Amino acid sequence: MYELNYDPQICAKCKTCDCLMKCQYIDFELAEARVEKEKLLNGQDTRILQECTTCYSCEEYCPAGNHPFYQIVERQEEKGFLPVPEPITKQQLTMMEPRGTITPASVSAPVINMCYFPMLTDSIRGKLYENTSMIVGSDIFCNIMWLHFGKNSAIRERLPRMIDNIQQFYLKDSGVEEVVCYHDECYGAYTQLAPAFGIEVPFKVVHLFEYLSNKLDELSDQITPINAKVAYQRPCSNRLIPQTQHWVDDIFQKIGADRVPREYDRDNALCCGQVLRAQQRDDLADDVQKRNLDDMQQAGVAYCVFNCPVCMFTLADAVAERGIFPILMSDLCQAAVEKKAE
Amino acid sequence: MKEILQALVEIVGTEFVSDQPEERYLYSMDPGTMPAREPDFVVMPDSTEQVRQVLLLANQHKIPVVPLGAGLVLSGLSRALKGGIILDMKRMNRIIEVNEMSRYALVEAGASQGMLQAYLKKHHPRLKHSAPDAPPAATIAGNVCIHGSGHISHAHGFHSDMLNGLEVVLPTGEVTRLGSCATSDYWFSRAPLPDLAGLFLGWAGTTGVITKLAIKLYPNYRFNDVGVFVCEDARLMPDILYRMSETQMAEDLTAWMTPKPDWARGFLHSNINYGANTKEELIWKRNLIRASVSEYIDRKIAGFIPMPAAMKQPFLEVPARQLSRFADVRKGGGFEYVGVIMPVDLFAEAYELGLEIASRLSVSYSLGARIIGINHCMMFFYAYAFNRADPADVQRAQRALEATNRAAVDMGGIPWKAEAPAQKEIIRKMDPNMFALMNRIRAVLDPAGIMNPGNWEID
Repeated sequence: MYELNYDPQICAKCKTCDCLMKCQYIDFELAEARVEKEKLLNGQDTRILQECTTCYSCEEYCPAGNHPFYQIVERQEEKGFLPVPEPITKQQLTMMEPRGTITPASVSAPVINMCYFPMLTDSIRGKLYENTSMIVGSDIFCNIMWLHFGKNSAIRERLPRMIDNIQQFYLKDSGVEEVVCYHDECYGAYTQLAPAFGIEVPFKVVHLFEYLSNKLDELSDQITPINAKVAYQRPCSNRLIPQTQHWVDDIFQKIGADRVPREYDRDNALCCGQVLRAQQRDDLADDVQKRNLDDMQQAGVAYCVFNCPVCMFTLADAVAERGIFPILMSDLCQAAVEKKAE
Repeated sequence: MKEILQALVEIVGTEFVSDQPEERYLYSMDPGTMPAREPDFVVMPDSTEQVRQVLLLANQHKIPVVPLGAGLVLSGLSRALKGGIILDMKRMNRIIEVNEMSRYALVEAGASQGMLQAYLKKHHPRLKHSAPDAPPAATIAGNVCIHGSGHISHAHGFHSDMLNGLEVVLPTGEVTRLGSCATSDYWFSRAPLPDLAGLFLGWAGTTGVITKLAIKLYPNYRFNDVGVFVCEDARLMPDILYRMSETQMAEDLTAWMTPKPDWARGFLHSNINYGANTKEELIWKRNLIRASVSEYIDRKIAGFIPMPAAMKQPFLEVPARQLSRFADVRKGGGFEYVGVIMPVDLFAEAYELGLEIASRLSVSYSLGARIIGINHCMMFFYAYAFNRADPADVQRAQRALEATNRAAVDMGGIPWKAEAPAQKEIIRKMDPNMFALMNRIRAVLDPAGIMNPGNWEID
């Protein structure tokens, strides 16, 4: 059940091995990449399984959309190559498990899906979110994070239940057919991962940034431009949905924020480091964070803008120490709108 | 009794002595499970001279005297088991001196942990003292007397190891200084003189009243961090702790095992706290600590929990406020624990004992340990919460405490700040000649037997 839509023949015939050659964290010569890819295809041990940082990026790099990353995670689980020590994985599985406390509630569109980030629900306020409904909690957690833990089995087990919860407890009886996903993880889970695993999603999803972009159009006469240089910390889950990247530029343009060119942005974005620390790779996390922060500082940005709350929790202090203000995209938009309101 | 009351009034003033039922009730108990014992008088002296006069009076009339700090010991050591005077030291709370260069503080016996912490933060930000995970009202003297431990104990041992000297009033009224202060104006050390401070450490207030003490202070690092290492097998813990301590990078090394929240159940956590004056030094220390347990990490059977800075804050707090949450988990404010000083070798056995007792007696529990010195020993604690308003719940906790004390002694550990019944368990196993020596010493120091009677006694 929920078989991964992965075609080994596509990989077998692939000459470029973009999934490996473009990897920012493992260095390959093309010849070696082909060898390691063969091992992966044949179910053999390979350094790919051991060194993969689970950054999701190869999902973006594969020109055939063949889901190489999901296949790597399948193999990690099959062969017991845990990216994260087992006790930590078990703790996380318990910590994030559905509590089964969800109760039916009437909602009205637009419905903002806050996933399992109850600490961020205060962000859903003001003119940007007038007349919205909000859903949040462990029982609607998208569970995509298990890709970092070599646990596709947890996604297979939990994601369908979460989708069903959203539909049955909130949307169905309310006559609502669409949710706005606050986090890239949810949007990626419902639009890219679920189809890859053959998991049906009975509702439509909208990315938060599309929603914000439209709201900013509605409120355009109330926007006070930010007039500041900004850096954007692209999250790993956006690698599943690169087609949404343009919304970031659209929003920045609408609120007068200048996304200055820098080395580690867009396709070359770096991991926030949290997953690397879970993998006990502090040296790599230190290096990645330093390069990223140096890059932001050299670009002279005033704000580091996040969409992923985990990226923000991880980098906020370090960003602030560099004199850069850490802020969620939603809150930056609020600031642009509310400034004028004041 | 009226004559005694009047005599006490003449010593400390009307406002600072009471024989009224309200005060006697309030001073009859502490937050633990030990039954209330009312004193006849509560007295609050303001000076060594007043303490001396109270003791002379008590000695003359053979009135028991129980010295009291903040009354937070939990094991009922400051209850008036045989009536008499509770000598509440809270008015004597002056911070007399901080010697920055020789890193010590001289305080009165009623000075609290919080007061010194705040004072140092304001006036000597480069220094800190080792604070226990007790409410800030807990006194420094009280914690030193009971061989307490705190946030620098992994690096520097028990709080009694950090003691430089004492001023004590003997039960017969002599005021005596012990340590360098006996010979010098400086309170820098207990060496090289004969170390008589031990006559007042671990005795549960049965040998005299401490009025002043000097404790060592330590560098207050600009940057601090904590790692939380987790595994599932208690048998690994001694080696994990040994390896971490071998680096000598940590100031504090503690373990915690708790059934709540659900994600923590069944896992063994080791918190390792370390500090540095630069970020580079901090990372260097982190890397050494990490390298020490890399074998377990590489085998994927243990690892450090990834924590953003905000999540680390509760683990960096001194004292750790989150402990108080468990203290009220049953509601009703009842909380007591058995802290057993024992070798780290016994970690797995001690852990299994806690689980077995909690399961058998159906008590809410939390287990943990503070490593004292670089694995030289540990204070393994078995904490039981109970609802004070529910007698059955209190009784369950009492049974658990008794069972734990008995089993811990049999295992080779020694209950710390032991309740009077647990003291008897210890004496049961103690070298009889040591107990005889204790009694001979007490007979010399306290011929009238007035100091905290009922403690360190057989029956």
